[in-house]
Amino acid sequence: MSKVQIDTKANRDRLFDKMRTTLGGAVDAATRDQAVRKRLERHGRNLVPERSNLDAAGQLELFRVQAEAVSATVVDVDSHADVPEAITDYLRQHNLPARIKHGADKVLTALPWDKTPALARDHGPAHGDDAVSLSHAFAAVAETGTLILASGPDNPTSLNFLPENHIVVLDASTLGGSYEDAWDSLRKTYGEGTLPRAVNMISGPSRTADVEQTIQLGAHGPRRLHVIVVKG
Amino acid sequence: MDITSPAFKSNVKRALADPQLQRAMGNVKRGFIKKRQAAFDKLPEFDALRDQARDIKNHTLAHLDLYYEIYEQKVRDAGGEVHWASTAEDARDIILQICQAHGARTVTKGKSMIAEEIALNDHLEQAGITPVETDLGEYIIQLRNEPPSHIIGPAIHLNRDQVEESFRAVHTDLPDDRPLGEVSELVDEARAILRQKYIDADVGITGANYLVAETGTSIIVTNEGNGDLTQTLPKVHIVCASLEKMVPTLEDVSTILRVLARSATGQEFSTYTTLSTGARRTEDVDGPEEYHVVVLDNGRSDMLGTEFQDMLRCIRCGACMNHCPVYHAVGGHAYGWVYPGPMGSVLTPTLIGIDQAGHLPNASSFCGRCEAVCPMRIPLPKMMRHWREREFERHLTPRTVRTSLALWAYFARRPALYHLTSSMFIRALKLFAFGRARLKSVPLAGGWTRHRDLPMPTGQTFQEMWRAGGDE
Repeated sequence: MSKVQIDTKANRDRLFDKMRTTLGGAVDAATRDQAVRKRLERHGRNLVPERSNLDAAGQLELFRVQAEAVSATVVDVDSHADVPEAITDYLRQHNLPARIKHGADKVLTALPWDKTPALARDHGPAHGDDAVSLSHAFAAVAETGTLILASGPDNPTSLNFLPENHIVVLDASTLGGSYEDAWDSLRKTYGEGTLPRAVNMISGPSRTADVEQTIQLGAHGPRRLHVIVVKG
Repeated sequence: MDITSPAFKSNVKRALADPQLQRAMGNVKRGFIKKRQAAFDKLPEFDALRDQARDIKNHTLAHLDLYYEIYEQKVRDAGGEVHWASTAEDARDIILQICQAHGARTVTKGKSMIAEEIALNDHLEQAGITPVETDLGEYIIQLRNEPPSHIIGPAIHLNRDQVEESFRAVHTDLPDDRPLGEVSELVDEARAILRQKYIDADVGITGANYLVAETGTSIIVTNEGNGDLTQTLPKVHIVCASLEKMVPTLEDVSTILRVLARSATGQEFSTYTTLSTGARRTEDVDGPEEYHVVVLDNGRSDMLGTEFQDMLRCIRCGACMNHCPVYHAVGGHAYGWVYPGPMGSVLTPTLIGIDQAGHLPNASSFCGRCEAVCPMRIPLPKMMRHWREREFERHLTPRTVRTSLALWAYFARRPALYHLTSSMFIRALKLFAFGRARLKSVPLAGGWTRHRDLPMPTGQTFQEMWRAGGDE
């Protein structure tokens, strides 16, 4: 498929001329240019709320409290080896079919699935009929109980939104206090100034308050969000 | 959409007499204010974050050309395209061209005020393309063929029985006797109907809360997940953004995100904040194959360097209208165009002209609550005053108002005469009161006394009382 080409250069030139004339008047071009380059290169932190300035255990507790406050459920397991059974426990509790879908994530594919032989697993992006999806979080933020998921074949974005139930494996070692901690991790993995196609910050299951300001879970995305925290 | 801002006064009369609207507006007053206050109380740094958010935007606006140059290159590097729209018409045509190039028959839409501003749905429909709104509030008003009445709660003017009525009228292939009185039943029905639409759509259109220069990213902030389904499943994603959405870095956007949801819905953070950077990568198994950003100017660049530049800091949280006594009384539709409440009273005259929107900056008691709660510290009342001045300068103010003002100015510039006339007036009024504590009606002031009594005049002017008490 060839990309759509639309020529809006004339609009662009007119707009940039106007902005340069209006904004560039008082300060010389080199100074303005430097101010912008420096800000982007340094990407310095602004004020970060004290709330998440805690040790690792404190941040994990804050993450749990905040995630539960927005109707997510959170359980701890000691190691990756315990994840499959934590999944089947959850599915049983909620009367869900023993079938999940996940991507090519190495941590997820390497889990000891032989422990739960009754659990069927599909692979790839979500389709309309998947009831339960499984993702591996890139990171998480204690401040507001927010999961950070990165797109790609490992954890396709559609798994975060289309199935009614979303289970996310979170390694406690990737949990940070603030959003800023997550940006630093993303830069380390993907490079400065570069992001995967989609970064999803998820705090609880889908909701709406569009009718009479009454909060209702499960508007269009998942009705349930379950986080399995791997402590080891 | 049709502009009815020039008919603001008759819109207001209709709104005040509409019992359904008045009932719905009760929810606004009770809900939003309490929730924002609770979020504010939970974060000690809230006010300091507001200062920083303001400074970030001021810096960005002062260097907007440079940030856009870098942003545009970043979007291209990530396999996306940026299109420049000077006017609403340009934006509509660009979006239609993209849709037509893909032979689109249906497009899904996430919530976008820019799409409302450019009246995109009508334009697509005229070209034979069906736009499907997927935000629950937008879906409801699309069924009812109404414009949004609030920038974050488009259907806030409706009660649940009205939504039920609309669903029953339109979803005719569902059983007539199905229960639909509960909010959960309404949400489930919309969910079930929209599910297949996401999958079938050829193009997904969303707005943008922010554009990030550092990474060439567009960001949407939502609760329902509809925006994400809209932009993930179709082959093409089009982002409608306006010029002021730019933010330099991810750190800068974090600061603004911290004040956005708290100011809007009182949430600490919205359910979904999604950063989109370019098109599907080679190794990806989902996501759009094309990613287009349409940057709309539509008069905003004219605000740069003027007394209205501060308005370009607005992040569309809706706190100003949630706290506005005028908005509470009349709702969003009375304002007659896309943006209601105090932010609309400042922005609308820029976008459609003061000759059309002259009533809006006058629809304020200047109580100052909008500025007090604005997360970006936009001096809304001051800017409404600027518009009133411009309106007066251009002789758009009605003759009765101009004559009264001229009459008042005549006396105000002659203090002796002013004192004499006002003390005569006060004494006359006291005489007329015949010892009553309050007056239920005063000749020629029926418009005032219809809604409240006039307290008993004292018989003395303020200055006389001041002089009398001055020796104490």
